[in-house]
Amino acid sequence: MNVILIAVIVLGGTGIILASVIFLTAKKFWVFEDPRIDEVQNVLPGANCGGCAYPGCRNFAEACVKSESLDGLLCPVGGNDVMKSVASLLGREVVEADPLVAVLRCNGTCANRPKTSRYEGVSSCMAASLLYGGDTACTYGCLGMGDCVAVCQFDALYIDKETGLPVVDEAKCTSCGACVRACPRHLFELRKKGPKSRRIFVSCMNKDRGALARKACSVACIACGKCEQVCTFDAIAIKDNLAYIDYNACRLCRKCVEACPTNSIWELNFPPRKKAAEQEVSATKVETGKDTTTV
Amino acid sequence: MSMRTFSMGGIHPPENKISAGKAIEQVPLPAQVAILLNQHSGAPAVPLVQRGDRVKTGQLIAEAAGYISANIHSSVTGKVLKLDEVYDASGYRCQAVIIEVEPADEWAEEVVLNSTLKRDCTLSPEEIIQKIKEAGVVGMGGASFPSHVKLSPPPGTKPEVLIVNAAECEPYLTSDHQLMLEKGMEIIVGTKITMMALKVNRAVIAIENNKPDAIALLERLAIPYSQIDVMPLAVHYPQGGEKQLIEAVLGRHVPSGALPVVTGAIVLNVGSIFANYEAVQKNKPVIDRVVCVTGKSVKKPGNYLCRIGTSVQDLIDFAGGMPDSTAKVISGGPMMGKALINTQVPVTKGTSGILLMDGNEAHRNEVYNCIRCGDCIEACPMGLEPYLLMSLSELSEWEAMEKECIMNCIECGCCSYVCPSNRPLLDHLRVGKFKVGAIIRGRKNQ
Repeated sequence: MNVILIAVIVLGGTGIILASVIFLTAKKFWVFEDPRIDEVQNVLPGANCGGCAYPGCRNFAEACVKSESLDGLLCPVGGNDVMKSVASLLGREVVEADPLVAVLRCNGTCANRPKTSRYEGVSSCMAASLLYGGDTACTYGCLGMGDCVAVCQFDALYIDKETGLPVVDEAKCTSCGACVRACPRHLFELRKKGPKSRRIFVSCMNKDRGALARKACSVACIACGKCEQVCTFDAIAIKDNLAYIDYNACRLCRKCVEACPTNSIWELNFPPRKKAAEQEVSATKVETGKDTTTV
Repeated sequence: MSMRTFSMGGIHPPENKISAGKAIEQVPLPAQVAILLNQHSGAPAVPLVQRGDRVKTGQLIAEAAGYISANIHSSVTGKVLKLDEVYDASGYRCQAVIIEVEPADEWAEEVVLNSTLKRDCTLSPEEIIQKIKEAGVVGMGGASFPSHVKLSPPPGTKPEVLIVNAAECEPYLTSDHQLMLEKGMEIIVGTKITMMALKVNRAVIAIENNKPDAIALLERLAIPYSQIDVMPLAVHYPQGGEKQLIEAVLGRHVPSGALPVVTGAIVLNVGSIFANYEAVQKNKPVIDRVVCVTGKSVKKPGNYLCRIGTSVQDLIDFAGGMPDSTAKVISGGPMMGKALINTQVPVTKGTSGILLMDGNEAHRNEVYNCIRCGDCIEACPMGLEPYLLMSLSELSEWEAMEKECIMNCIECGCCSYVCPSNRPLLDHLRVGKFKVGAIIRGRKNQ
């Protein structure tokens, strides 16, 4: 009985002394932190993906609270909804940003782009690209070893076994930009998601002359300029033997897709083309095609 | 038997010097040459010719762009077909001047064509360096660093000794060895001229001990030149590395991140020394070089003198054609060479050899887990811990890699060679070195 009592007194006493030391230290070194930082952090997704260009969600929350306006601050994962709640918490205005999505600008599938050598080294795009130009004649295209898949925190990328190319799952892609930074060939681009996820882009990054590009890959952009001519909105520019479609200027008319002789311009999530007589009908069908547009 | 060598790490792979002792043979002029504009480290040269121009052998066709760059001369007489991009040894496309070759050479006027030895040189050091610069001499061992930059050390440093790198530590390669046997006197004179350019009064020709004939010959030829020593070294890869060679010869360490010249040594490849001789005494720019074509199944392995821009395919054809068993064609030696993606790649100033490897030699074995045996640490000549660096690289821990001195890695491949689990250490180290290098450059630019 005595032993138990002594133990309780000794341990209890030590506990009280240490607790008061901790209490006093905490009081002495207490730092004021804006309580709104916690509030903002609570509405953020908490993915710590770095897509906002800050190391983590907490840092982004701090930046939001500290800055005068929310211009240039965007959580791509949370999107406009989250930014609105952040704005309402802080009593500030937020401009709606267009949602973005990652697109792969290469269509060099095994069928389109014949292999010219065999690679045996480490299965990493970065290691391979430092070693040589790639196992096909195209030195700009996808190496297919999945550095992008490895960095994607949202499970939005996978390598298609048949084509050997990564595929973006639009429903899961948060446009955090991790794949854009990871790809040694800079093949990913964050593009405007577009109405009903409809997008048009040049799926090629080959900057070789047309003849060389075409020889390496049957769907390469050869910079023939037909798309530039046919575009009525000045959205297409050719630079370094490569066409680029400005997604802010593009009105999704799809003329360039038809004009492209090598099929290097892609249209995504559009309804199938109708003949001119059926144009009116197709306008109504677009609505019903909604379910099939999301991948 | 205590031959000098470097102290830390290193390996001794099978030497396989199949083409040793084969006399240098002249390769006939090819029908077409592709002369790359970036045969050297630094900025690619700026072309001076246009499509349709007729060029003479030895004529300047591209000018150095900036300080670290080198002139490029036409290696043949003929008509410029086009300026186009061709694959280089790295597998990427680079600008090249493509020339249709005329069967008879018409040399540029200033080139002295006779092969008589010219010993005397009365030029000033500046004039010598200017001539070497004009001739476009670069490091002929593989790294292709412009020689005139090496010969003009930064202010505040004082070179004391010229080390002629004739180690040729890579297995298979024999081009430097054969060059020494056939052009011994020229190399001695070239060494003397390079010493004058550097204003040093000591030179050491460092040769690995597996070339006793070259050592004996150069020792005999160097007798009248009291300032030139020939030093035999133990056979030890990577002894041809600049830092390893300085340690082996002088016993001095090059500090991490410093230029080798702080030890007082300037290292030049023996091929570059010969090129210096030709540039200064014969006004002959670098338009040809000895390339050794070798491999266990090659019909006619040997040392071939070929014009810069000759395609690898032409060389292989001259050496008896490509054996059916070939699985890999490597430009350079087996340790540090680059596997080629096709045989149309042209020979450059830095191409020391073409190695054809059979399937069983070339392929990589199955990778197992690291067993922490430490062989890679023992083998690393720079004192790094490759197993740790590989793990850090896989985890993208670039800051930690920088602390572990990844930038000291010379990419010699000893770690991958000794690993009993066949781990691709060097591949991962290279990724880390590239990433850390980019981070360091970014920090400097801030």
